[in-house]
Amino acid sequence: MKSAVIVFPGSNRERDMLSALEKITGQKPLAVWHAETELPKVDLVVLPGGFSYGDYLRTGAIAARAPIMADVKRKAEAGVHIMGVCNGFQMLCEAGLLPGILMRNNNLKFVCRHVKLETVNAKTAFTNQFKQGEVWRCPVAHGDGNYFTDADTLARLEGDNRVVFRYAEGTNPNGSLNDIAGIINSQGNVMGLMPHPENEIEDLNGGTEGRALFESLLEAVA
Amino acid sequence: MSANAIEITPKLVAEHGLKPDEYQRILDLIGRVPTLTELGIFSAMWNEHCSYKSSKKWLRTLPTTGPRVICGPGENAGVVDIGDGQAIIFKMESHNHPSYIEPYQGAATGVGGILRDVFTMGARPIAAMNALRFGAPEHPRTRHVVAGVVAGVGGYGNSFGVPTIGGEVNFDESYNGNCLVNAFAAGLADTDKIFYSEAKGVGLPIVYLGSKTGRDGIHGATMASAEFDQDTEEKRPTVQIGDPFSEKLLLEACLELMATGAVIAIQDMGAAGLTCSAVEMGAKGGLGVELNLDMVPCRETGMTAYEMMLSESQERMLMVLDPAKEKEAEAVFRKWHLDFAVVGKTTDDLRFRIFRHGELMADLPIKELGDQAPEYDRPWIATPKAATTTAADFAAPNSVSDTLVKIIGLPDMASRRWVWEQYDSLIQGNTAIGPGGDAAVIRIGDGPKALAFTLDVSPRYCFADPEEGGKQAVAECWRNLTAVGAEPLAITDNLNFGNPEKPEIMGQFVGCIKGIGAACTALDFPVVSGNVSLYNETNGKGILPTPAIGAVGLLPDIAVRTTIGFKAEGETIVVLGETKGHLGQSIYARDILGRRAADAPPPVDLVVERHNGDFVRTEIRSGAFTAVHDASDGGLLVALAEMAMAGGIGCSVEALSDIPLHAWAFGEDQARYVVTLPAKAADALIDRAAEANVPAFVIGTTGGAELTLKGATPISLGTLKETHEAWFPTYMAGPDLLDA
Repeated sequence: MKSAVIVFPGSNRERDMLSALEKITGQKPLAVWHAETELPKVDLVVLPGGFSYGDYLRTGAIAARAPIMADVKRKAEAGVHIMGVCNGFQMLCEAGLLPGILMRNNNLKFVCRHVKLETVNAKTAFTNQFKQGEVWRCPVAHGDGNYFTDADTLARLEGDNRVVFRYAEGTNPNGSLNDIAGIINSQGNVMGLMPHPENEIEDLNGGTEGRALFESLLEAVA
Repeated sequence: MSANAIEITPKLVAEHGLKPDEYQRILDLIGRVPTLTELGIFSAMWNEHCSYKSSKKWLRTLPTTGPRVICGPGENAGVVDIGDGQAIIFKMESHNHPSYIEPYQGAATGVGGILRDVFTMGARPIAAMNALRFGAPEHPRTRHVVAGVVAGVGGYGNSFGVPTIGGEVNFDESYNGNCLVNAFAAGLADTDKIFYSEAKGVGLPIVYLGSKTGRDGIHGATMASAEFDQDTEEKRPTVQIGDPFSEKLLLEACLELMATGAVIAIQDMGAAGLTCSAVEMGAKGGLGVELNLDMVPCRETGMTAYEMMLSESQERMLMVLDPAKEKEAEAVFRKWHLDFAVVGKTTDDLRFRIFRHGELMADLPIKELGDQAPEYDRPWIATPKAATTTAADFAAPNSVSDTLVKIIGLPDMASRRWVWEQYDSLIQGNTAIGPGGDAAVIRIGDGPKALAFTLDVSPRYCFADPEEGGKQAVAECWRNLTAVGAEPLAITDNLNFGNPEKPEIMGQFVGCIKGIGAACTALDFPVVSGNVSLYNETNGKGILPTPAIGAVGLLPDIAVRTTIGFKAEGETIVVLGETKGHLGQSIYARDILGRRAADAPPPVDLVVERHNGDFVRTEIRSGAFTAVHDASDGGLLVALAEMAMAGGIGCSVEALSDIPLHAWAFGEDQARYVVTLPAKAADALIDRAAEANVPAFVIGTTGGAELTLKGATPISLGTLKETHEAWFPTYMAGPDLLDA
């Protein structure tokens, strides 16, 4: 699987993502600077975690208007797999590629801890190596992970099975609506999530459950 | 030019924190009355914070060399060889005064400053820690300061992208009006790609990089060299404003620029900004420096030379560049949207010249600015020797179990989860042991090597006996590193004290330095960097002497590491090291009995410390132990409770000792480790310990859901955990008393 990770000014988990992709896919991913206007031909484009532009406006809002994002939108329409993690999820929402918004955590504090995630939809390109309803451990590290959207959109997301991951066992760290941790677009090729599966891939991390997400993509694009 | 021609009155001199004899020294040095800009420059270079004028004499006594030390104190940070052509670069620095005035920004810029010190030398930061000390929980300002400082540390480090993996948080009324924020950072570099501040070559461009210069932080270093009084609020404008986003860009741009080979010398603009960085680069290289301030990128209009030379705006760097690569260098900085300006050049005349609007605003001898700073041999009085005690001097509790529960829920002993969960401890994906253990462990690249990090000091020990307290701080760091299986490499020290002009305070400083020096020598644990923060006083009352020690250790193979949690049921628990039941200055004495007597703290026998530690490390590396924890604050029973809580497994233990049960349980004897191992391996361990002459005592077995000490009521793990976790969030949820 060929993959690319976009680097924005203020991205800071791009190295974690690059390393995870290389370790799991066996292929070195490309790092693409935000000021580029065209993405290389790849199977997966990742918008990594961090504090793009310092998160000084709304999280992800400035990055969503970076030069490279026009091509991200084109690739999304063309069916290329796009994944946004944490700040990347916030960008996808700000760019209109996913519905809703990530607000400040409900206790107004940054939170870094391991939570439990339930794979609500194991039939997507990002989740086919999880079991339906499987509960797994994954770290979060964010100040703005409180997913919110209007009632109609929420009903549509739930009805169409587009909530992919939910915080489980009472571990919702941010107050997000319906315990939403990750959602997917209606075409099934653009997914965003707040937790960091790239930091749960080897024994050193205390667990390897995050690998399944990358292995799912390997399966889907093979 | 009126501003520079202002009359230099004794009042103005005093406002710059310069004593009359120090001003006379300036007059003698330059042979005329200084201009206002020059006065500002002297005040910036000669204040306590920048010149170490009260501490230098004593700092020289510390051991700073060793086979692994590449660069000791004097540069931006210390550099230690970790083999394979790699080095760890680290330092700790205080941001105490600003953090009390404006907690969020004070702490944030403290973190920013120390990260900059590390990447200025070419290292990518891989770990951060913080030693934080706050006033009594019931003091009206404490909650406000805790909330702001923790948010500021997190706000900066999280955005910058460095894992914050450990530290200390303590409360004491002596910090009511003067909190301590000591920030530690460590970075990784190749030994052949380390960058220094010494300028080389005449006529080379001096380049300004990073953020623009504003009016923030003017006189910050001078403020940090004075005591607090009622007018503290008025000092808010002296606190800098941090921008972690710019710092992250600056990091990437600097590392990218360094890789091009364009950088000849580099110095970050920290305390006293442009002044300090330019003087240091020139003075170290034996060169003069000429700056044209009209070229400095400014955030505000109409800034005077005086303001620009004293601004402490953050996220700025000064470099001497290879002129052949100037264009290439500029392109790197433009890419990262950072300012890049040639602001001056090196000269061969050893003068420090400042021009503004074509006018010469300052013309000073550069060497003397740094080298001729006043140095004081301040009078000191040794702290009177504390009284020795026996267990009989400390009343036994009605219930050892109830006391244990109380202790693990004390402000100083409760879980710090509320704090560390606000810090990203996992970023970079190399965190093998995060916050909450004896030491944190970070893998180097893809391994197998790893580094261990810890911070420690027990100010109450230092107050009672500065020398033993200084020794203990170093010894405990050494022990913490050993407990995870690391070879202790070197330390950085952050020496926080009151007003050194008082002989009693100076006596505390001297005592602590002696203790630190003795321990560093005995343990082959050199000091490679550090920082001194004096005048930590409010209305004439000093803080507890707080020489915080940050330490780094090396694990050759990350797979061989130990953590504190019990791992399995039915394992044997062994205490290595002797338990004498020393209760003087213990948590039990202070917080349970409310005893404030001048009792002696636990003595530190450095020979025994080293002997026991070396044995434990050897055993860890041969895979003997399943869990290891050092027994320190609170004593043996607290260590056992922490191991049980961390592992979610209980234990049954028996004192089997002649000393009173409460002294066995809560005594704080040094050089001890609690370890677990499979039951069938216990006899062999006891034999090996006997052979090595290390005291070893089997005290019980892991298992169950309770902590049971023979002769005391069993305590459920649930009760322990609940009490341990409750204090911090409950306290922080309380009302902001500042609004009351």
